[in-house]
Amino acid sequence: MRATRILYLLLREAGIGLALVIMALAFSAFAPRFASMANLTNILTQISINTVISVGMTFVILLGGIDLSVGSVLALATIVGGLLITREGLSPGAAISLSVVGSALTGCLCGLFNGLVSERWKIHSFVVTLGMLNIARGAALQISNSRTIFEFPDAFNEVGSATFLSVPVIFLMALAVVLVGRFVLARTVFGRLIYAIGNNEEAVRLSGHAPSRYKVAAYTACGGMVGLAAVMYMMRLNIASPILGVGFELNAIAAVVIGGTSMSGGKGSMVGTFLGASIMGVLNNGLLLLGMGDFARQMVTGLIIVVAVIIDKYRARAFARIALAPVPAQGARAEEAAR
Amino acid sequence: MDPPAHGAPDHIIEFRGITKRFPGVLALDRVDLDVRRGEVHVLVGQNGAGKSTLVKLLCGLHPPDEGTILLDGRPYAPRSALAAIRAGIRVVYQEFNLLPFLSVAENVFFQRLPRRLGVVDVRKLHADAEALLAEVGLDVAPGTRVETLGVAQMQLLEIAKALSTRSKVLILDEPTATLSPPEIRRLFEIIARLKARGVTILYISHRLQEVFEVGDRITVLRNGRRVDTLAARDADVPSIVRLMVGRAMGSEYPFHAQVIPGEEVLRVEGLLPQGARHAISFSVRRGEILGMAGLVGSGRTEAMRALFGADPRAAGRVVRDGREVRIRSPRDAVRNGICLLTEDRKAQGLILDMSCTPNVTLTDLARVSRAGLLREAVERQEAQALVDELDVKTPSLDQLVRNLSGGNQQKLVLAKWLFRRAEVLVCDEPTRGIDVGARFEIYELLWKLAANGKGIVLVSSDLPELMGVCHRIVVFSNGRITADLPRSAFSQERILEAAYQEYLQGRHAAADAAAPP
Repeated sequence: MRATRILYLLLREAGIGLALVIMALAFSAFAPRFASMANLTNILTQISINTVISVGMTFVILLGGIDLSVGSVLALATIVGGLLITREGLSPGAAISLSVVGSALTGCLCGLFNGLVSERWKIHSFVVTLGMLNIARGAALQISNSRTIFEFPDAFNEVGSATFLSVPVIFLMALAVVLVGRFVLARTVFGRLIYAIGNNEEAVRLSGHAPSRYKVAAYTACGGMVGLAAVMYMMRLNIASPILGVGFELNAIAAVVIGGTSMSGGKGSMVGTFLGASIMGVLNNGLLLLGMGDFARQMVTGLIIVVAVIIDKYRARAFARIALAPVPAQGARAEEAAR
Repeated sequence: MDPPAHGAPDHIIEFRGITKRFPGVLALDRVDLDVRRGEVHVLVGQNGAGKSTLVKLLCGLHPPDEGTILLDGRPYAPRSALAAIRAGIRVVYQEFNLLPFLSVAENVFFQRLPRRLGVVDVRKLHADAEALLAEVGLDVAPGTRVETLGVAQMQLLEIAKALSTRSKVLILDEPTATLSPPEIRRLFEIIARLKARGVTILYISHRLQEVFEVGDRITVLRNGRRVDTLAARDADVPSIVRLMVGRAMGSEYPFHAQVIPGEEVLRVEGLLPQGARHAISFSVRRGEILGMAGLVGSGRTEAMRALFGADPRAAGRVVRDGREVRIRSPRDAVRNGICLLTEDRKAQGLILDMSCTPNVTLTDLARVSRAGLLREAVERQEAQALVDELDVKTPSLDQLVRNLSGGNQQKLVLAKWLFRRAEVLVCDEPTRGIDVGARFEIYELLWKLAANGKGIVLVSSDLPELMGVCHRIVVFSNGRITADLPRSAFSQERILEAAYQEYLQGRHAAADAAAPP
């Protein structure tokens, strides 16, 4: 009994990590180039952007909301950043700083809008962010005249391809974002309230809090993460374009969901999200190395999302049965003893 | 027993020794009851007397644990609501069950829309509906959308719906609760017409006055037992109230009389919850447990929620320790030392899928954090201290609250407000659904809190509980406070009389509402 319980606890906590390891081992066995240093670096770079967006998305989904606008906001943030960084008459240092601040602020403002509108008029975030998806994309096309912006300062571009101890700097940035996100969720009052609101907003309100403030803050944080992802994107590809980021919201949602966060809110973790994003990256890369075409890969990725959620359901049920069943009984015994 | 007046009256429904238990509650206790064909039979009783359980057995929502029900002399054991409808028994509940965006006719025949070649035959639908609407006196076109109807019209529509299946027995649950006097009059005419057609009506109401007007016989239930069945013409309000109350209860609440109430800790003046018709005023002193009695729906919960800022209010002043405070949200209330233990602890009081610690500290996270960072060791220590103090039985602080028993969940709700160091505790039905042992522990806690100088407001529908626990009781009736009784004046009769007061004068009250003072 005890052994099975421990096994299930392990599975619950490490289930996604285990899946990632098995997947990586399998690819290493069948695709010789998978485990090469160059390829691993490649994977880390590829998952960085999605990871940062997914961290923001985790805040929103933990609240029971959703943000469909992240891809468009990313494009808008690159345009704002791109216009600022290419302004004439600025020193490279000033241009870069201005651009980073501009992108981040653009993201935050879009997130703030999403949060304020959905809270003020009690509109589901699905609808508000669907609106923002179009607003931001339109704004990006409008202010850029639908042109791609490039020719950024070299110092900026170099960060995108730099490595530290052969780990891409851009991945280290993403990792830092994950760790900060984890810290915020697990250790701060804000994080505690995010979980609490996602579980039972009315109880939080009746305990003397104003949930709207925290919700708006979470949407703003999500926007801020997207702004940051935009900066990383510009560093990596050295362009700003109004048409990039299409479909990014779906990759981020997929990473969060594969990572075990419940779409109805209140349950999930940052580490899970990171592993979810990693699984998507490894899968994509591994299947490519196995020679699978774009279309087939898309199908497999879609299937994996659904399967991951199904497995998570079973795991949760098994966990509830094995790990929790004895506990109420213990409680009942304690009560009997107390009588 | 109810001896038949002559030979063998024609009974459409007979309950024989019906017993029904719910966890911790004996809802019906060996009830024998006959309903005669074509009569209007009224059920009265206090909250929890067993009226609604009886109805639920009839309409197939629960099976009885013991005993049998006979319908037309044959055993009747419906397995579902649908089976009850097929057997000719229909209920019109207080909450309507209508589809607002469909037409009146579609609602009436929702389950059996007339079809031709698979397409709804609108002409036949409307013709059939018109006949039924005429029968209940509902004067609207069959194509009208239900959302545009008034409450009284919806009520009639529900009755038309019930008649569409050629019901033999029609159960009306508090049908006049939301109706104006002319509408009530109309309803009574329709009831008389249905009766003339041979429909048997089971009528449940809190408004004692009207039951004499509409009913043929009245059955009084108390604590799950049938106390008596009287002919309406032989009964009057006092005799019915006496039967509802029964004899005095035992002394299961050792009252702690040594607590002497001190300074006024909370005064509420002219509090008017949004949508309410009457403003209410009351005050609580330190060390005092103030009870709030009244029927379900008499406005106590609404008043308490408005006081706490949980629901908006139209007017009212709140004075705390002699200083007027502005409360527009629960946040304001909590900051001013007022807390509310809500009626529904699972949906509103606790976060069931989180463990004990965060539930306790949720009310005052500032106390267990520094610069926005949680201090987990301090937090656990504080939570543990309260869990120990209140003797919450949980294997560990990490246990999910969902897995605790009802009594322990309620103690945890108390713990979270003790953690906030609230000065005024408003407890709405804190012992509902809790077993006797845990109940008593909660009373002890309330007494202890009062002894420590807190002001406590206890809303309860359990009269013996209120009389056993409180220093003073105010009685709500139809949104007004109709009595303010010190402990020396407690009596079930007085409290019930005050609780029914505004319903007995239902006509006047409704007239008042039309022209506010």
